[in-house]
Amino acid sequence: MSITPGRLRALTRHRLFWPLALLAGLLLVAVADNPSFFSVRVQGGHLYGNLIDILRLSAPLALIALGMTLVIALKGIDLSVGAVVAIGGAVACTEISQLADQGSASGVVLAVGAALGLCLLAGLWNGFLVAYVGIQPIIATLILMVAGRGVAQMVTDGQIVTVSSSPYHLIGGGYLFGLPFSALTAGAVLGLVALLVRRSALGVLVESVGGNAEASRLAGIKSRGLTLGVYAFSGLCAGAAGLMISSNIAGADGNNAGLWIELDAIFAVVIGGTALTGGRFYLGGTLVGVLVIQTLTTVVLSLGVPPETTLVFKACVVTAVCLLQSPAFRHAVTSRLRRAGSRPPGASSTHIEKPEHEHEPDPTEPTPREVQNT
Amino acid sequence: MSAPLTSLRLAARHRRGYIPVASTAVLFLALLAAGNSRYYGFLEGQVLLNLLINNAGLLVLAVGMTFVILTGGIDLSVGAVAALSTMMVAWMVERAGVPPLLAIVLALAVGAGLGRLMGHMVHDFGVQPFIATLAGMFLARGLCFLISTESISITDPLFATAAQTRIPLPSGTFISISVVIALVIVAVAFGVLHYTRFGRGVYAVGDNPQSAELMALPVRRTILAAYTISGLCSALGGVLFTFYTQSGYSLNLLGTELDTIAAVVIGGTVLTGGAGYVLGTVLGVCVLGVIQTIITFEGTLSSWWTKIVTGALLLAFVLLQRVLTARRTSAGS
Repeated sequence: MSITPGRLRALTRHRLFWPLALLAGLLLVAVADNPSFFSVRVQGGHLYGNLIDILRLSAPLALIALGMTLVIALKGIDLSVGAVVAIGGAVACTEISQLADQGSASGVVLAVGAALGLCLLAGLWNGFLVAYVGIQPIIATLILMVAGRGVAQMVTDGQIVTVSSSPYHLIGGGYLFGLPFSALTAGAVLGLVALLVRRSALGVLVESVGGNAEASRLAGIKSRGLTLGVYAFSGLCAGAAGLMISSNIAGADGNNAGLWIELDAIFAVVIGGTALTGGRFYLGGTLVGVLVIQTLTTVVLSLGVPPETTLVFKACVVTAVCLLQSPAFRHAVTSRLRRAGSRPPGASSTHIEKPEHEHEPDPTEPTPREVQNT
Repeated sequence: MSAPLTSLRLAARHRRGYIPVASTAVLFLALLAAGNSRYYGFLEGQVLLNLLINNAGLLVLAVGMTFVILTGGIDLSVGAVAALSTMMVAWMVERAGVPPLLAIVLALAVGAGLGRLMGHMVHDFGVQPFIATLAGMFLARGLCFLISTESISITDPLFATAAQTRIPLPSGTFISISVVIALVIVAVAFGVLHYTRFGRGVYAVGDNPQSAELMALPVRRTILAAYTISGLCSALGGVLFTFYTQSGYSLNLLGTELDTIAAVVIGGTVLTGGAGYVLGTVLGVCVLGVIQTIITFEGTLSSWWTKIVTGALLLAFVLLQRVLTARRTSAGS
C-alpha cells in the first residue's frame, strides 16, 4: 500500500494518532538515551524491566481513569478520587495493622472488603449529590475532595500506618504468572468494563445521557440510577487504586496518597480523546493516555532529569493536546498557514463567529512537533 | 451617582442573591459566639485581627478567584502560581541580587502573564477552564521545581520589616502590612466589580455569555481580564506569603486552590457564575479562619477536622445555593 497524502491525512485525523505518536516519541527518547530500555528479563520468577515497571505502576491510574472516563462521558467529573484513594489505603492498612497475624489471608480479605465498601459508599455519595440533589459534578465531588483527606487522616489518626503483610503486598507489588498482579487486575477490570459497555446497551445509554440529558430523559432513559451507578463505580475504582498504592509502599499516608491523581486521571481521559463536554467516550484512548503519563514519568526518571520537572512536561502535553482538540485553534493555525502561503495579510476570509484575533506564539503552547520531542 | 443607583436597583431586584451572603454572615457571627461562650478571650480584638493577619494571602487569592468564578470559570492554578511567586521572589532576591521591589514587580508580572495565557486558552481556544488552569497549575509548580527544589530563605531586611512591622490600632491591637495590602485589594475589587463597566461585564458574562455577546459586551476582553486579575492576585498572595514566612518553597500553598474555592463558595458566590459578592468572599475567608482558630483554641482537636468541617460547610452552602437557584434553573434551561 502506498502512502498517499489523503491516507496520511486520514491517519493523522484518527483520534488515537497524536496520543500514540506521543507515546512512541517518549519511548524513542528513552531508547535513544538508554538502548537497553526495552529489555525485559526474568528475575526472581517474574518478568523484570522498564516496560513491566510502566505496566505495574500505571495500574492504579488506569483503574481511576477508567472510572473517570465513564463519569466524564456522563458530562460529569470526579475530583474526589484522590481523597478516596487515601481513604481506601487508610482503612485497609489500619485494619490490617490491628490484626494479630498480618499474614492471615482472611483478615486481609476482610480489610480489603471494608475499604472497598467504604469507597463504594463515597462514590454513591457523590452520585447521590449529582443525580438526586442536582449539584454540579465539579462542586459535588469537590466536597468529598476537601473532606475526604480529613477522613483519611482521621482513620490513620494522622500517622503513616505501615503494614508488613504478604497477602496485602500482592495487590500492589506482587506478581502472578510472572506479570504484575496490579496490572493484571487493572487489565481484567478494563476488559470486563469494555465488554459490559460495548456489548450491552449500557455504553450507549451513558453516551446518550452525557450527550443530551434532557433528550435521553424524554427517550425514557432513567439517567439518575445510571449516574449513581457510574459515580459509585468511580469510587470503587479509586478505592482499589488506593489499595494498590498503599500495598506498593506497604503503608497508608492520609496526606499524600493519591495526591493530584485526580488531575492525572482527567488528563489521561482527555489525552485519550474523550471530551470533557460528555457524550462519546473511548476506553482504549484512556488506556493510551494512562500509558503516556506513566511512560513520561518513567522516562523522565531514566533520563536523570530531576523528577519534579515532569510537571512542566505534563503542562506542555496537556496544553498541546487541548489545543489540538480545539477547533478554534486548528482553524487559527490552518487559516494562518493558508494566508502565509497564498494571500497577502488582511485579505482573509475567516468565518468563525468570534472576532478575529492574533494568535500570539508563546512558550507554553508548543507545536505538535515540540511535544514529540519532549 | 447613577452607577451606584443602578447597581442598587439591580441588587434589589435580585434580593434573593443576598441570602447566601447573609447566611455566611450569620454563620460567622454564630461561630464567634460559640467560640466566645467556650473559650476565655476568644473575642479579644487581637484574636479577631489575627484572622486577617493569618489569612491575608488567602484573602487576596480568593479575591482573584471571585473574579474568575463570577465569569463562570474556575482557576485551579492559584496555589501553584502563588508558590511560583514565592520562589521567584526568593530566588531573585537571594541568588540573583535583584532589588526586592523589582523582584516583586517581576513576580507579579509573571503571575499576571500566566493568568492571561490561561485566559487565552479558555476563551480563544475553547479549552475548559478546569483543564486550562490545570495545565497552568502543572506549569507553575514545575517552574517552581526548576528554580529550586530546596526552600530558599529570604534574609533581605525589607522582608523582615514587612513581616515584623505592626501597624498599631486603638486599644493596643495591631495589624500587619499584609493585611493593609489585602484590604486595599478587597476595596479595589469591590469598586471595580460594582462601580465600573468592566465589573458589570463580569457579571453579565458569567450570567449568560451568549446574551453578553449579543449585547456587544466585550466578552473576550472581560474573560482575559478576569484570568489576568486572578493570576496577578495569586502572585500577590504569594508575595504576602513570603512576608509571612520569609522564604520561598516549591511545595508552599499545596491545596490552597481548594481553600480558595471553598472560601469563595462559602462566601455566597455561585459556581456557575454571574452572582456573588467580593465582600462575601471576605466573609468566607473569615469563616475558614475562625474554624482554624477554634480548632487551635480547642487544643485537643486534630488538624484534619479543619478539612472535614470545611467540606461540611461547602456542602451546606452548595445545598443552599441549589435551593435558591432551583426555580431559576428549571425555568431557564
